[in-house]
Parts: sequence; structure tokens; C-alpha cells
Amino acid sequence: MSKPKKIWITDTTLRDGDHAMSHKYTVEQVRQVAQALDEAGVPVIEVSHGDGLGGSSMQYGFSVDEEDRYLRAAAEVIQHGRMAFLLIPGIGTHKEIQKAAKIGAKIARVATHCTEADISEQHIKMAKDLGLDVHTFLMMSHMTPPEQLAGQAKLMESYGADCIYVVDSAGAQLVDQARERVRALRAALDPKTEVGFHAHNNLGLAVGNSLVAIEEGAVRIDGSTCGLGAGAGNTQTEAMVAVLDRMGIESGIDLFKIMDVAENVVYPIIRQRHVPRIDRGSLTIGYAGVYSTFLLFAERAAAKFGVSSRDILIELGKRKMVGGQEDMIIDVAVELAASKKGSPAQTAATPAA
Amino acid sequence: MESQKVKVAIIGSGNIGSDLMFKLRRSKLLELTWMVGAVPDSDGLRRARELGYKTTHKGIDELMEHPDDFAMAFDATTAHAHARHAELLKAAGKIAIDLTPAAIGPYVVPVVNLDKYLDHQNVNLVTCGGQATIPMVNAVSRVAPVKYAEIVSTVASRSAGPGTRQNIDEFTETTARGLSEVGGAHEGKAIIILNPADPPIIMRNTVYVSIDKDADREAIKGSIEEMVAEVQRYVPGYHLKSPPIFDEDRVMIMLEVEGAGDYLPKFSGNLDIMTSAAVRVAEGFATHLNKKGAAGRTVSQESRA
Repeated sequence: MSKPKKIWITDTTLRDGDHAMSHKYTVEQVRQVAQALDEAGVPVIEVSHGDGLGGSSMQYGFSVDEEDRYLRAAAEVIQHGRMAFLLIPGIGTHKEIQKAAKIGAKIARVATHCTEADISEQHIKMAKDLGLDVHTFLMMSHMTPPEQLAGQAKLMESYGADCIYVVDSAGAQLVDQARERVRALRAALDPKTEVGFHAHNNLGLAVGNSLVAIEEGAVRIDGSTCGLGAGAGNTQTEAMVAVLDRMGIESGIDLFKIMDVAENVVYPIIRQRHVPRIDRGSLTIGYAGVYSTFLLFAERAAAKFGVSSRDILIELGKRKMVGGQEDMIIDVAVELAASKKGSPAQTAATPAA
Repeated sequence: MESQKVKVAIIGSGNIGSDLMFKLRRSKLLELTWMVGAVPDSDGLRRARELGYKTTHKGIDELMEHPDDFAMAFDATTAHAHARHAELLKAAGKIAIDLTPAAIGPYVVPVVNLDKYLDHQNVNLVTCGGQATIPMVNAVSRVAPVKYAEIVSTVASRSAGPGTRQNIDEFTETTARGLSEVGGAHEGKAIIILNPADPPIIMRNTVYVSIDKDADREAIKGSIEEMVAEVQRYVPGYHLKSPPIFDEDRVMIMLEVEGAGDYLPKFSGNLDIMTSAAVRVAEGFATHLNKKGAAGRTVSQESRA
């Protein structure tokens, strides 16, 4: 292994963490967390609805406040690091990119499903034209083989992406799967294009897979304080910082400060709501290869339609649902409820009104 | 009555144009005369030739030299090309049925607002997601006030062509506008998702409509069912996945749209609903023209003979 000197962490407590918060962050909380992360030396701080800008919706859940206000609050307090936002083409549009750039975002993170990179061309080019750095996501990357994934990464590179992430949205990748994917991207891309890795801890492999990604040449790693994110959460920022520190790899983040951010700032916000952990639901997600964000939706649908959330998640995995298809959770729950009663879907859905 | 048919041309011999051609073969009101393409040996033009239609690869200019051959033209090219086509067609007094995102004319969803625009010369078909979901939003808004409507269209990756992919914002923005302008919601939002599963998934649409907590759910349900039946008259594969699901201040409507499999595969209900709606719109115009006792160039040669 060739050990890098420095790894850049993007903290997504205020974006992937928004899923675990069910989009209930207040503007004041976003301000507090952004400020604390910035003071701890986090180089990139991502702020967005969990499903990216424009994600506030009936499909994914409404944020309690307005997008602009969250972005402004964070932009005002970030002094040392850079603010990033997520945008998923098909959900958010060029208007949101323009808005975020105006407010002060410096990095656009543009995400597509791992086989659909070509829908990001318009957004990557626009973000580059606005002077932003562009980091792109190939989501649910366990669903496509390494060579194909590298082909999709090449497309994003050709549109102007500065860094391309292997994103394990389902937290489903085994160690070798993560390794092969990062290796394939690293081999295919121009040496100047960076590779990143975004993990979910559903199988307990988030920090480990992030380290494997670093071994294979990834220089950007996503983390989240308290691991706050969809499913069992993300690579825990403070744990990652400690590990890098012990390995002698620089992250620019002050270990004790980031520990305190997690303990004193973030944990008090989330403990009333949802602290992600490897439980039956999130483990099922990792095992079945389902989009981590489906966790809380599946639990709500299970309660509403009187079926098991594990059954819903397993079925969603079988149907090869991709990120963003939250409506299918209801669809599957309705069908499972109907088959449980041995009657057509008709009778199952109506009384749930 | 063959002689009563109104003559039409298709501009754009790609997938959409080819599917239109097959659908027009069944129409009792429309007679396809020309298939206009841009590439000499394209599959679409070859197929059209084999079926006995006049073809050209020289674009609209050649078609415009035969004004007696058509009263209406379907435009299945691009927004950019349609801007020019629209002017030529207008100058020649032809009706343009625009399947591109150009939206020079008003948005039309046949079951909702076609009657309003029968004297217009250019109408636009919104988007595939719009054709699938706007009828549902309208079904609710005609019986209850709708502050907000949101739709999620999920289509098979294989049925999303390069045009859609290069400008996916056009889909979300145009569809959202259609939800309010045609659907009758105060505000609209649209989301599109591509799913690469193999075998390909059938087009799915979920429509969320915000309603008052004490809205008349039975009336809404009835109106939705009626509307589904109306759409099914031209898109037989259009159906509810389950009855509407009411939840406090909203109703969730889940639809599946299976294509007719004329030229495009059945899973691409997204493309089928566009071509089906376009034919339906053209038939609406044809009926209107016939009613007006249209003379001269708007009616086919045979009827004058």
C-alpha cells in the first residue's frame, strides 16, 4: 500500500444526516453544526436536504424551513472550510445550483444512479461555469460491475467533474467490492481527477471500506458526526479522523474538537429523534442492497399497512429499486398487506385512509 | 368513410415518429401521407417507405412543397427544430402538434383541455410524465381545491432517449408547469427517476395531491376513477396500481402505464402515452375540422373529388 499524506473529509452531517433527522433540522441547528464543524477544521461541509437541493417534497419529506435559509445560515458561519451541496438531477435543477452558488457554496456534488451518469452533463457543466468545484456521485454502485462503473465515471470526468465518488448508498459493499470499484475508477480516470468514497455502515464496514478505498487511491472520504446518515449512518467522521491520525495521515481536522462537536453539538440534537445504528432495519438494507434512505419510510409504511418492514425492504431489493423511489415502498407495502389478507390490493389500501 | 379522413404528416422519423406511424394506421379519422426525416437511410424512413408512405430525408422543406398532402403535422424532432417548423407550418395554415419541449403553443392534455384549443394552430404535448399525471391532478382539482401537486415519474432507463437525458431539467420544469397550468394545482413539482432494471420496468407514476383534511374523499375517488377510464380510451395500458390512498391532507395516486407495443416495447409507456395523446389530439382537430365543414386545403383531396 502506498500511504497518502493527506485525505480530505467531506462531512455530511447536514446532508445525509438530514435523512436521519427526517428533514427536521432547524436553521439554528444547521448554523450551530456548520460553525462547530468549521472550527474543528472540516475542509468540506455539505448542507442540503437529504435528497439534495429541491428534495423537499411529499415524496421525500418536507424540510421544516426554506432551503435558502439553511444554506445562508451555514454560509455565514463557515470561515475556513468550503460549503458543498448535493444535487440529484431529476429532483433538483439548474435553478438550485445557481441559487446555492450565489449564496456561497463552493462545491457542487452532483449525484446519479451508477448507470445513469449521462443525465448529469447539464448540471456538471453549469456548476463548472459558475466556478464551483464539482464532485460527482455514482450512487448504489454495488449494482454495477467495476468496469461499467469506471465507464460511467469517465463520462462524468468528460463533463468536467473534479472528483468522482464510489457511493455505497446501500451500505452493501463487501471489502473486495469496494476495493475493486475504487481501483477501477482510479485506473480509468485521468491522474488529475480525484476519486472519493462514500460509505453507509449497514454491514458495519464503513470505516473499513473507507480505508480500503484510501489504499486504492481515494483521496476524499465522506463522513458524518455521530455517523448521522441514512440507514445505519455513514462513516463516523470522528472515528475516521482518529484512525487517520493513528495512521499518520493528515486530515486537517482536530480530533478532540471533532469529538466534542459530535458529543456536545450533534448528539443533543439527534438523540430525541433518531440515532442511526445497525439494527434489524438497517442491517436488512445492507444485506438486501437497498437504498439506505428507505429505512424510515419502510418503518412508517410497515406500521401503516400492518406488514413487516424487513419484508418490505427485502422485496424492494428483489425489485432492484434505485435511489429516490420512495413511492415504491408504499406500493410494496400495499401489495404485501393484500397478499397477507389473501385479497386483492383493493381492500388493503382503502381502510388505511 | 375513407374520404373523410384528414391528411397528416410526421416530421421526425425516430422512435416517436415510427410509433406514431403505427398508431395512425389504425385511425379512422386521420390519414398519414408523409414521413419526414433527416437521415437518408434511417430505419424509420425505410419502414415508412415499405408501408407505402411518401418519405423524404430533406426535412420539412420538401414537405412544404406538397401543401395539399397534409392539414396537420406531428413534430417529433427537437425543440430547436420545432421553432423553425412552427413558423413554416403556421405560414402555410397547417396545424402543428408539437411533441418536442418547444412549447410554442399551449399545453394540451386531451382529456383535460383539448376543447379549448381546437381553433389554435399549434399545441404542445407537455411531457410524457405530464400526459400521465396531469389528468389525475385535474381529476382532483375539478372536485376539490388543490394547493399543491407533486408527481414522480419512474421510467426504464432504456426508454429515456438522449434528448431527455441531456436536458432532464426540461422534463421536471415543463411537467411542473403543466401540473398547475393544465392540472389546476396552485403549485406543482415534478421528479423523474430512471431505473435500469432488466427486464425493464413499466412506466410508473405517483401523484401526490394536497387536499383539505375535510375534503370529500368519495367525490375525489369517483372523479379519479372516471378520469382513468377516460384516459384508457386512448391509452388502454393506463391503470391505477391501487385505489387512491388518503392520508390526512393528501391523496396519493399510483399509476402504471403500459405501452401498446405498436413499435416501441411495452415497458415504454412513457413514450406510448405521448404518441397516443398526440393521435388523440389530432383526431380531436380532425373531428372539429370536419364539423366546421372545412373546405379546400384542410380536407383531403379525395373528399373534394
